[in-house]
Amino acid sequence: MIGLTHYLTVAAILFTIGVLGIFLNRRNVILMLMAIELILLAVNINLVAFSAYLGDLTGQVLAMFVLTVAAAEAAIGLAILVIFFRRRGSIAVDDVNRMRG
Amino acid sequence: MIAAFAFYLFATFTIVPALCVIFARNPVHSVLWLIVSFFNAAGLMLLMGAEFIAMLVVIVYVGAVAVLFLFVVMMLDIDFAQLRSGFTRNLPFGLIIAFVLLAEIVVAALGWEAGPTMSGRAIPAASQPNIVALGQLLYSRYLFPFELAGLILLVAMVGAIVLTHRKRGDLRTPNVSRQIARRPGDAIRNANPAVGEGVKL
Repeated sequence: MIGLTHYLTVAAILFTIGVLGIFLNRRNVILMLMAIELILLAVNINLVAFSAYLGDLTGQVLAMFVLTVAAAEAAIGLAILVIFFRRRGSIAVDDVNRMRG
Repeated sequence: MIAAFAFYLFATFTIVPALCVIFARNPVHSVLWLIVSFFNAAGLMLLMGAEFIAMLVVIVYVGAVAVLFLFVVMMLDIDFAQLRSGFTRNLPFGLIIAFVLLAEIVVAALGWEAGPTMSGRAIPAASQPNIVALGQLLYSRYLFPFELAGLILLVAMVGAIVLTHRKRGDLRTPNVSRQIARRPGDAIRNANPAVGEGVKL
């Protein structure tokens, strides 16, 4: 019998993999963005699991909004990446010091 | 039985490709593993009866986001070997952080007491199709957030275009408005003046 806990466990593992990906690929912005997508996917699985087991569709509506924001974030992030690469010729996070932050 | 088998299948093929995403040497392979992971996560959502979200994951994540990643990875000429230089150095620390995080989540999930409405219950049978119910909710109670989501997408689209648009100095494109505004009087004329007479300007 597959219960709510099973889905929550899968989402937790996926979330942890995403966080690990951010830690491991600290220099590669593209892989960091992919890890963020994994984290958002884990959040979506959580939302849908609770929504399904509660019989309340609000969670699925929320999952749709998370999906929207994830798509917008990917588009903007990759656009910034492209213009940064055009100026610098590299996407290493260590080189990002243009704004002297 | 078949549901449990499908769950473990989809769960395995969500988690293992996710690991491959962050450990792959080639970022193109990373994106392809990401696509596998998204597909199987959509399968998990199908098992839970959320058909619309599952299809949305396939369309938006696989069809748009992953392809966008693929384009960027393939079009930029990046030295990825040099970007991986800190990988082994970060590995022990990252693994420690990941295990601590996972342990925290698992402890929280195990310590959490489900209320009587949820404990040990199966997914309640839906009274109407998922898409119908979701559509009715989305166009009545959540109409304003729904419109706002559309606005976010519009802003993201305009922002991405504005950010990446550039005027290149080395291209000789025709200036259309100047061409249309040109009058016959301004044009160069081919004149063949007779000897001793000047050209009338």
